[in-house]
Amino acid sequence: MTELLNMGGYAVFVWSAYGVTLGVLGLMVLDSVMRLKRRQAELERLEGSAE
Amino acid sequence: MTAFLTLVRRDLALSLRQAADALVAVMFAVLVVVLFAFGVGPEANVLSRLSAGVVWVAALLAAMLSLDRLFQADHDDGSLEQLALGPLPLWSVALAKATAHWLVTGVPLIVAAPVLALMLAMPTDGLTTLVGAMILGTPCFSLLGAIGAALVLGARRGGVLVAFLVLPLAIPVLIFGAAATEAALTGLEAAPHLMLLGACLLATLALAPAAAAAALRQAVG
Amino acid sequence: MTGSLHRFANPARFQRLARAVLPWCAGGAALAFVAGLYLSLVTSPPDYQQGDTVRIMYVHVPAAWMALGAYTTMALASAVALIWRHRLGDLIAQSAAPIGAGFTVIALATGMLWGQPMWGTFWVWDARLTSVLVLLFLYLGYIALVHAFDDPERGAKAGAILALVGWINVPIVKFSVDWWNTLHQPASISRFAKPAIHPDILTPLLMMAAAYMLLFATLLLLRVRAAILEHRLRTLAMARAQG
Repeated sequence: MTELLNMGGYAVFVWSAYGVTLGVLGLMVLDSVMRLKRRQAELERLEGSAE
Repeated sequence: MTAFLTLVRRDLALSLRQAADALVAVMFAVLVVVLFAFGVGPEANVLSRLSAGVVWVAALLAAMLSLDRLFQADHDDGSLEQLALGPLPLWSVALAKATAHWLVTGVPLIVAAPVLALMLAMPTDGLTTLVGAMILGTPCFSLLGAIGAALVLGARRGGVLVAFLVLPLAIPVLIFGAAATEAALTGLEAAPHLMLLGACLLATLALAPAAAAAALRQAVG
Repeated sequence: MTGSLHRFANPARFQRLARAVLPWCAGGAALAFVAGLYLSLVTSPPDYQQGDTVRIMYVHVPAAWMALGAYTTMALASAVALIWRHRLGDLIAQSAAPIGAGFTVIALATGMLWGQPMWGTFWVWDARLTSVLVLLFLYLGYIALVHAFDDPERGAKAGAILALVGWINVPIVKFSVDWWNTLHQPASISRFAKPAIHPDILTPLLMMAAAYMLLFATLLLLRVRAAILEHRLRTLAMARAQG
């Protein structure tokens, strides 16, 4: 486990790299899902009230 | 052909109503060179190491200056629509505009390039190659610029956007042009770089007018 | 060409297709990520020269591949939009752009973090990093152009042309940056020394690449669905304003 965390002394580089990667990917997932949900909700509101 | 030349002449007349207009690009390039010198320091050996690249960057930036107005005036007063309906195909219109742009900005830059280079302590054996490379490179800047100008017609903040779009496209020309100049300075063969520049020019001549025309059609139609 | 393509161009049809495929893509992406991260961080061996920093390659290289792949998707979709005048092409291109930009940022950041322990400097002007940086500018320029018009149709069409022009430019830029690098190569090695392709290296790399690709598909489907809905919303809003 300590080997995993230590990464041969390069911990800050390796974990930052993986952190940035997962961070950016996570943000993209969040943004894409929220975007869709917002528009679905808005459409429901508009088409619901159109009845 | 005559329609083409008429358009070029007309654009030249419009651009050169004030003689000062032709000098704007050159003066901007000089300014860039001056700023570099102030930023980097007056040491001749430092400046001469940078001279090839800086002259090219200055020329590229100067060529970008008036791009957003390339089609704007005609678009605003409706003459662009008339040109689109006229006898000259749109790609020819774009080519004519790019030619006029090159004559007004590119040619003065080519003439001024040796002076700019000398201000940056470039050894004289690089000057001929510099001029030759710029003769090949500056038309590319105008042609690529025409694409950018056509794309941003009617956009907000078109001026800044044009430069942002065109500069990445111009990177290969910049690289080969500066490389050719550097090669002449270090006594290496400039020919391969010049040939690549020539290839860029041929490719841009073949493709840029069509791309600009497609963009113009979107703006007009 | 017309038959099969048009079938999916119908927005309602696309929505149905997207809804059906989405869970598979998302699920596959999640699995591939778990497997890929485990392979990259735990089971794959440190490199003989680069030690554990070679693990950065597993997130860096596939990101660069996706940056390019997303751009190609953008260009193809733009071509479809221009030639066959399919609105869906525009929507796919516009949806792909921010995803591609995201992968580009990942490629750049991880590249910098790989470079520092290896070459002692965060930024190296090697061919890959520099080309990816230019690619970022192409993405940002596209996004800026599409949003610079009040009329979204105009923005879409301008963007489509720019995407194609830029796509032709990508190999030219890569070539010219390679050229530039060979001219200015410093005395020591300046290229990222890629470890020899060994199964222990290849497997995590390909697994992460698969994970990235499935994630790209998932995000693209989500965003295109959202874009189609947005178009509906805008049409509704206009009808209201007039009615």
